Amino acid sequence: MEISWIYGLIGGLMIGCAAAVYLLVNGRIMGASGIAGSIVDGSAGSAWGERAAFLAGVIGVPAVASVFMDMPATNVTSNVPLLIVAGVLVGFGTRLGSGCTSGHGVCGMSRLSVRSIIATVIYIGAGVLVIIAARGMGVL
Amino acid sequence: MRILVPLLCGGLFGGGLVVSGMTDTLRVQGFLDLFGGWDPTLMFVMGGAIIPMFFAWRIAANREAAVLGGPLPTPPSTQIDTRLAVGGIMFGMGWGLSGFCPGPAFASLSFGGSGGLIFMAAMLAAMFAARPITGMIFRGA
Repeated sequence: MEISWIYGLIGGLMIGCAAAVYLLVNGRIMGASGIAGSIVDGSAGSAWGERAAFLAGVIGVPAVASVFMDMPATNVTSNVPLLIVAGVLVGFGTRLGSGCTSGHGVCGMSRLSVRSIIATVIYIGAGVLVIIAARGMGVL
Repeated sequence: MRILVPLLCGGLFGGGLVVSGMTDTLRVQGFLDLFGGWDPTLMFVMGGAIIPMFFAWRIAANREAAVLGGPLPTPPSTQIDTRLAVGGIMFGMGWGLSGFCPGPAFASLSFGGSGGLIFMAAMLAAMFAARPITGMIFRGA
């Protein structure tokens, strides 16, 4: 806990550099939900190859690393109905709201986009409230 | 290059998500748990990521085209509407309940066990269905 913020900052800088190169070199916005969503619903068009390559990197580098080292625990809940409900909410919500933590949070806020700042406040607020509600109902 | 650069960027993104601790769902939920033992890590991750991107947008503003040619992103939409709000609320609820947002769900796919795979399957199915369904509900909105 004491040093987790340092790793957070280092990892964050890595994420920001990845987004910066993807923007300046390929001219594209690094939003995980937009990249994945446009691939599965067929709206990616000519960007399909670049986006599929990006996802291959996101999945592949940790996969290769996991062969050589112990990966940190994900601590995912074993509650299957909860995982399905959460997955549907994240998938549907990010498409409807045009972005997630990387698209609105990192790429949009760094551009000082008012729309992205509002979106980020809304989803963090909803997350805070749902944790309170779930704790109250004994779900989490 | 158009394929190799995204592959490397994706790898750096995935690596950054693991290093930062964002593939740990309890750490993410800890950030949202303001009234429990609040964990500020996510704030440092987002702050760290915004710094290089802030400068990248400045550089992009002075360029005609991307390095590999082709257009840079057009100015962002300024539309703040029901879609943005309802989408944000749904995403935030799913994010809080599971501790997963799309990036970390992909980054941990290889080592996150069956729970991560179940979340991923549900998320991709909803992404596949989202356009037609929202087209019906939000017609003209």
